[in-house]
Amino acid sequence: MKKPLLVVRDLAVAFDTDGGAVHAVNGVSYTLHEGETLGIVGESGSGKSVHVLAMLGLIPRPPGRITGGQVLFEGRDLLALKERELRKIRGGAIGFVFQDPMSSLNPGMTVAAQIVEPLRIHLGLDARAARARARELLDLVRIPNAASRLDQYPHEFSGGQRQRVMIAIGLSCRPKLLIADEATTALDVTVQAEIVALVQELKRELGMAIIWITHDLGVVAGISDTVQVMYAGRILERGPVDDIFADPRNAYTLGLLRSLPDLSGGRAGRRRLHQIEGAPPDMRHLPPGDPFAPRNAFATPRCRTEMPPLAQAPGAAPGHLVAAWYDLPKLLAAEAAR
Amino acid sequence: MSVQDYPIVSVRDLSKHYPLRSWWGGKASVFRAVEGVSFDIRPGETLGLVGESGSGKSTIGRAVTMLNPPTSGTIAFEGTDLAKLSAGAMRKMRARIQTVFQDPYAALNPRMSAGDYVAEAFKLHRRSMRGPERREAVAALFQRVGLDPRFMGRYPHQFSGGQRQRICIARAIALKPSFIVADEPIAALDVSIQAQVVNLLQDLQDEMGLSYLFISHDLRMVRYLCHRVAVLWRGRIVELAEVDALYADPRHPYTRRLLAAVPVPHPAEERARLAARDLAGHDQPPDGPLTEVAPGHWVAMPGGSAG
Repeated sequence: MKKPLLVVRDLAVAFDTDGGAVHAVNGVSYTLHEGETLGIVGESGSGKSVHVLAMLGLIPRPPGRITGGQVLFEGRDLLALKERELRKIRGGAIGFVFQDPMSSLNPGMTVAAQIVEPLRIHLGLDARAARARARELLDLVRIPNAASRLDQYPHEFSGGQRQRVMIAIGLSCRPKLLIADEATTALDVTVQAEIVALVQELKRELGMAIIWITHDLGVVAGISDTVQVMYAGRILERGPVDDIFADPRNAYTLGLLRSLPDLSGGRAGRRRLHQIEGAPPDMRHLPPGDPFAPRNAFATPRCRTEMPPLAQAPGAAPGHLVAAWYDLPKLLAAEAAR
Repeated sequence: MSVQDYPIVSVRDLSKHYPLRSWWGGKASVFRAVEGVSFDIRPGETLGLVGESGSGKSTIGRAVTMLNPPTSGTIAFEGTDLAKLSAGAMRKMRARIQTVFQDPYAALNPRMSAGDYVAEAFKLHRRSMRGPERREAVAALFQRVGLDPRFMGRYPHQFSGGQRQRICIARAIALKPSFIVADEPIAALDVSIQAQVVNLLQDLQDEMGLSYLFISHDLRMVRYLCHRVAVLWRGRIVELAEVDALYADPRHPYTRRLLAAVPVPHPAEERARLAARDLAGHDQPPDGPLTEVAPGHWVAMPGGSAG
């Protein structure tokens, strides 16, 4: 078994608003091992993005507050570090790529300057070495004619190329962990395919761990070792990717998988899409108990009053954890028998 | 309702050019956002329009509804050339042609209640309708799109993203149109909500015999929902076919590349696909006139020959 790289324990984050506190992350715990790719799936308000921003010290405080927990990266608690120390890790041992490259890149700085900066800060390279490395990085992410494009500004790059530049910056210091939050969502599907392939290749080369946050179950299926399903600031299910897709144990995971269009057979045989009724909860007024219970046809009375713990799913692969008071396989068998 | 054979919308040789101003008084050129696009949409049919950013999908959608009229080409709706209509006649026609956009929050007026927003359609086009009758009609529309009529007095920010899209759909169907341009109508919605909206669009089509131009980058949803699909590349249609034929037997190299890039939500299949993927072949795809290579299956090929 590989060594744990990142250990998140009981992380909780809230935002103070005029309408009361928004409980965005409500006790998230998991371990990521060296070289592991974790796909995190969830919708708006699931806490999937906020919890990584919180661990990187990137949520504005106020209104944000970390109300509890620990985030151990190579044994050091990121939440206890001073901003100055955190900055050494962020962009260094932990690289990150967010959705919108236009707002992450500085429009007034050349691409070279933005790649060179972390190299000089984190790796202590001199100007000439850093520039040479920046060129290599643009080659690595397959920007054509890298040498001549170093001194261009972000607006001179296409959307896909800007995202590649962000990935180059994210990878520049050979991170042990790359966090990608909807990194390909805004891109065309052919560009997304290239970037996913590129990250896979770099992962093999550099041996880094990846947290890939997305709502695209297709991308998650292909690149993840482990999948984690989040809802209303909690982990509802987590486990090996094949097991999560083949044997989901939480009704929300099942709902997401079932809502994918069934494309077997031709147009004439199409069945109505399975839909999850209702809408995600108001994070200011979370229901007591399991937050998905109000939308869950399988919910038991206990689901409405008490949050189930995230625990090994009975009869599932080792490490397949679920938070549910109900036994989904049994309920599905009963449903099929009817 | 079955898909009829005659077109409700007939687009011929549609082009949209934008002048590019040059700097030092050099020769001005034009950007050809859409070039020579033709297609028909039959009653009760959903035509998918796919392609990547900059391919001209949304430009076509706005040209077809005359929100942004084309530079050249004709758009015939139920046999009437829209360009030849007077302003008044076009206003009447607008009741029959509606649009649903990607971002319902941008489409809604933040200071207008949801009920008033839907009622506006009647105020503009059914002037004889009285207040109570209008209220009743709006309540029925709310019901129809799955919204509680008690929420008619609420404002856009009090609804979720999916509910806002339902409000926009309620307004779009208020005047019983026969054709709706849906421009990325589910792209901004959460996955669990997308199915709700797609099911609603399908139900409305079945009930009202609506035709859709469904503009989307979601190639799996297009395969699920559309009867026929047109693939755009740099403002031109490179392939147009029945949905099953297009996905099972894509003929144009660009269509193949596009479909090959779509991830499959099954771990073993997707890993195999990633491993086998050939990322080479980024050459300019061939271009040429559309040629019918099989009944109803049109492909752009140089010199018109199907390779």
